[in-house]
Amino acid sequence: MSIPYERSSAAPVIEPVRQRKLAKVPFLELAEGRLQGVVSSGSDVSRVYVSSITAGDHGLSCNTNNNRPCGGLGGSYPCNHLRLLLAEATVQYGPDRVARYLRIEVAEGADLITGLHPAVAPNRAAEVFSSFLRHLSYLELTPTTDPLPELQWFPASGAVR
Amino acid sequence: MVPGLGGGALMLADTLRAQPAGLTEALALVDGLDDALVHGLARLDEARAAALTGLAGAFAGSPLADRVAVSIDKIIVGAVTDEHLAVLAGARSALLGAAHDALLDTVGRKRSDHPPSASPGAAVNATGGSRSWLRELAIAGWHGVDHELAAAGSQTVQALLADPAARRLAVLLDGFAAELRAAAPVATLERIPVRRWADLWSRALLLSQDDFPTEVSEPVDGRFLLLGVDLHEHPTVFRAQAHGLLETAGGEVRLVRTSVAAPKVETITGPSAWRMLAAFPIFRAALAEHRSVEVAGLLLTTAGDLLWDESRVTAGEPADPFATARVRLDAATASGAAPLDRHPAAIAEPVLLEGYTAGPDGLDLGGVTVALDLDRLPAAGPLTPALVTASTACLGLLRWDAGRWAVQPLAVQATVKRKAVAVHTGDWALGPTEAKAAKAEATAGTAVDVLRERAGRLLRK
Repeated sequence: MSIPYERSSAAPVIEPVRQRKLAKVPFLELAEGRLQGVVSSGSDVSRVYVSSITAGDHGLSCNTNNNRPCGGLGGSYPCNHLRLLLAEATVQYGPDRVARYLRIEVAEGADLITGLHPAVAPNRAAEVFSSFLRHLSYLELTPTTDPLPELQWFPASGAVR
Repeated sequence: MVPGLGGGALMLADTLRAQPAGLTEALALVDGLDDALVHGLARLDEARAAALTGLAGAFAGSPLADRVAVSIDKIIVGAVTDEHLAVLAGARSALLGAAHDALLDTVGRKRSDHPPSASPGAAVNATGGSRSWLRELAIAGWHGVDHELAAAGSQTVQALLADPAARRLAVLLDGFAAELRAAAPVATLERIPVRRWADLWSRALLLSQDDFPTEVSEPVDGRFLLLGVDLHEHPTVFRAQAHGLLETAGGEVRLVRTSVAAPKVETITGPSAWRMLAAFPIFRAALAEHRSVEVAGLLLTTAGDLLWDESRVTAGEPADPFATARVRLDAATASGAAPLDRHPAAIAEPVLLEGYTAGPDGLDLGGVTVALDLDRLPAAGPLTPALVTASTACLGLLRWDAGRWAVQPLAVQATVKRKAVAVHTGDWALGPTEAKAAKAEATAGTAVDVLRERAGRLLRK
């Protein structure tokens, strides 16, 4: 018997994310029409980069935590931070979800970076930074023992098949 | 009688054969409303307007008749106000509540009635923001959800999260908003989860009403015996909900639930999500070691939820959940759901099944097969589809969705390499007990430390 997705209360919408090491890219998200995140510097432990790629027109932005432009981002050529951001997003969300969100068209199995048609975009460091802080604020919230009946709609899934 | 089948399997065979009267008709009315939400209430064509009018017609003669008729008339002519939307969500909830009752009536289990006297909830700030975002969604329809509209709920969620009294609504809205963000722009989505999003939208709208009732509870003493653990997760929450039996001091045996939930971030998932529940060592040990728990003065709601409090419980002797289910489950009394929580998707009835034949389509109970819901097997536990297929006994939750019943396994007894094993979803509550998974968890478990250290670098400037 086929189960109609449209008439299922438990229809899966978000695929479970895959766990990844956070040292290189501690934070990334698909939000506000961008892939955006925080990338650790490869050479300086005290430096991080705030990087983003817009959906559709692939506008690139990359700045240090001191709000200086990334030296590796030459015009519309993606720097290593943006490459790392895209690679880690592919690990976390899977290539299909990232490609769909950013509207990247590549042959199946090809690296998403090859499908990027980059452009220069305005500096989004402030927005990405505040998004990262909002992300971290979840770790400060207290747990709850309330029954939360609506969580029946949100099963934990992803057992190894 | 089928030899070898336990009481649970016999009860289940009756449930699977039952055809509740009126169920199909009620769900068809719900579908009409749900389809209208796909295209948005601002763009109702004749067919969708007729479906809404049909919905209003179904309430003729009920106490809601006038309000539903007026609100739907107004919505059809374009007056999509908070008040009319609340009535629409209420009408949908009433239909699904009736469907819930009809389905649950086919499950042979003693159940106490839920008293109608819930107390009005504490006023929660920021529900105005929630209502206005939900109104914008209803007007635009799922097809009209772009990145901007999907993100527009975020400020409200942050405000709600700051208020512990609003956590229930905050957790729901946050999970709903994350799905819309991931799916935006929805117009390009291949398939839309029509009923699911209508469920989440209407429940959120009801929870955003200032007079949404809260559950009444009273303190109980006794012993909690674990049956199984159901795990819930969305990007910013992880929750372990234990189903079990409460033997009260008065000798009663009640079927209850008790749960602990922690906020988290998306990258903390799988077995390391348990680390977020560090504030509940007794709860986690009871799950991992299958211990009974002595409770003194824990609050039990009229809906059957035991409100966990580490200061009012002590870990007791180990008690095998399968033994608990075999000896006590049939005689236990369940609680009726709170009126506004009634929905087919809220049904999660603990069952013990034995003497079946496990196949690819489900468990053959001897002439009747119950489907398995293996999508609900969590990465945070050791239970896998292969173990379920190899099983001879299964403790699970009986659920109803997408037109059929299915069993979500919580624990199985199986034979693996000629050895009898028992595997439960909560076995890793104190960390994975299997070497490979433990190693992976140790690496991933440092996520929180890494996040905090990196954030420090950003804040340093």
